[in-house]
Amino acid sequence: MIAVINYGAGNLPNAVRALEHVGADLYVTSQAADLRRARAVVLPGVGATADTMRSLAELDLIDTIRSVVGAGVPFLGICVGMQVLAETSTEFGEHSCLGLVPGTVRRFSGSLKIPQIGWNQVQHTEHPLWTDIPDQSEFYFVHSYYVDTPQPELVIGQTTYGQTFPSAIARNNLTAVQFHPEKSGRWGLQLLHNWVHRIAA
Amino acid sequence: MLTRRIIPCLDVKAGRVVKGVSFINHRDAGDPVELAAGYDAAGADELVFYDITASSDERNIMVDVVERVARQVFIPLTVGGGIRTVDDMYRMLRAGADKVSINTAAVQNPDLIKDGAHRFGSQCIVVSMDARRVNAPGESPRWQIFTHTGRDPRPTGLDAIEWAIRSVELGAGELVINSMDADGTKAGYDNALLSAISERVAVPVIASGGAGEPAHLLTALHAGKADAVLAASIFHFGNYSVADVKNYLAAQGVPVRRTAGVQ
Repeated sequence: MIAVINYGAGNLPNAVRALEHVGADLYVTSQAADLRRARAVVLPGVGATADTMRSLAELDLIDTIRSVVGAGVPFLGICVGMQVLAETSTEFGEHSCLGLVPGTVRRFSGSLKIPQIGWNQVQHTEHPLWTDIPDQSEFYFVHSYYVDTPQPELVIGQTTYGQTFPSAIARNNLTAVQFHPEKSGRWGLQLLHNWVHRIAA
Repeated sequence: MLTRRIIPCLDVKAGRVVKGVSFINHRDAGDPVELAAGYDAAGADELVFYDITASSDERNIMVDVVERVARQVFIPLTVGGGIRTVDDMYRMLRAGADKVSINTAAVQNPDLIKDGAHRFGSQCIVVSMDARRVNAPGESPRWQIFTHTGRDPRPTGLDAIEWAIRSVELGAGELVINSMDADGTKAGYDNALLSAISERVAVPVIASGGAGEPAHLLTALHAGKADAVLAASIFHFGNYSVADVKNYLAAQGVPVRRTAGVQ
């Protein structure tokens, strides 16, 4: 079964509803032991990386997440669940994150409205996550920060908001998206379906 | 490129949608789930459910409505009306709302904005405001915030631009700016009000009140500098579908999300 990590993230119920809608067999948990026996793991998220890391630390899940990802278990990070995979974040003072993806979480710069709220296009790089989803389809974003990675080969989706940033990354068993597939209508559900039935299967 | 959002607003009373029931052929014209699904299919980027129920008993029905919609419709959902406390916010967010919209309660207790943003994040907190022009003819435009606009509008003495700025300082993630002068006229949004606020705040501004035809949405986005447009009757009475409006905006060079029926 798929474990969805409950650390108090606001979008947990909606992520669960959308995963169930596409036929995921899942349970919601805050327990390290439940993550270790999962076939696949989802880390949803809304909010700040510092709060998220603190919550994961309080639940004693940081080492478990690292070892689960290291063991090859399919793992999906959503929004802040993507950002905390980076090495460090600059949000509310520089701090370390999970360090599973090289890079730093940075704030958008320039004169744009922040957060970016709304539907924006994702430019695909070939990956099973995009099966049956047209290139440049829109997904729903709500964020002020993004993952700045020095490894462009990890980037499977790019989006432009003033600057071009990685909106989806993947490496081996690790997949993560900056947007909210659970709120991105038809293509968001298709993406979750692809992850559940092609990547995590 | 970030697209401009088109957001239908549905009024709900005791669990039933009371306006906007004629835009499409439904089995159950007042059922919020069917209407939400219909708007989703038509290309709506987001939905607002506004609870116009008077009694608190019937508010629990709204929680059930939100839960049922959130199980079937996977686009952002904002709930407004009757939200007065952080606990009220929590109930709606837990039921499946992505954002809560507060209006009179925020004026009466501005800390509600701060407390909600602190607990759930600014992205969850929409401050909606009703503004009316109060300058004398020939003076430069000024707008005042009113509360209780449904039954007996009460002036607050708050300047609309100052209240918008203060709301954002307190933690509002988006603002809905409703013009009481334009609302119901179908003659277009108050674009001077919209641009005056949009130029002063860093969060998205959503235009509300006055849309009667697609060109009005275009001018709210251009002259009004709005980031999104909220509309009710333009969609509800079947004159224009969401797809019609999006195709019109796209033809005018406005970036909109492409969905079935939107080129």
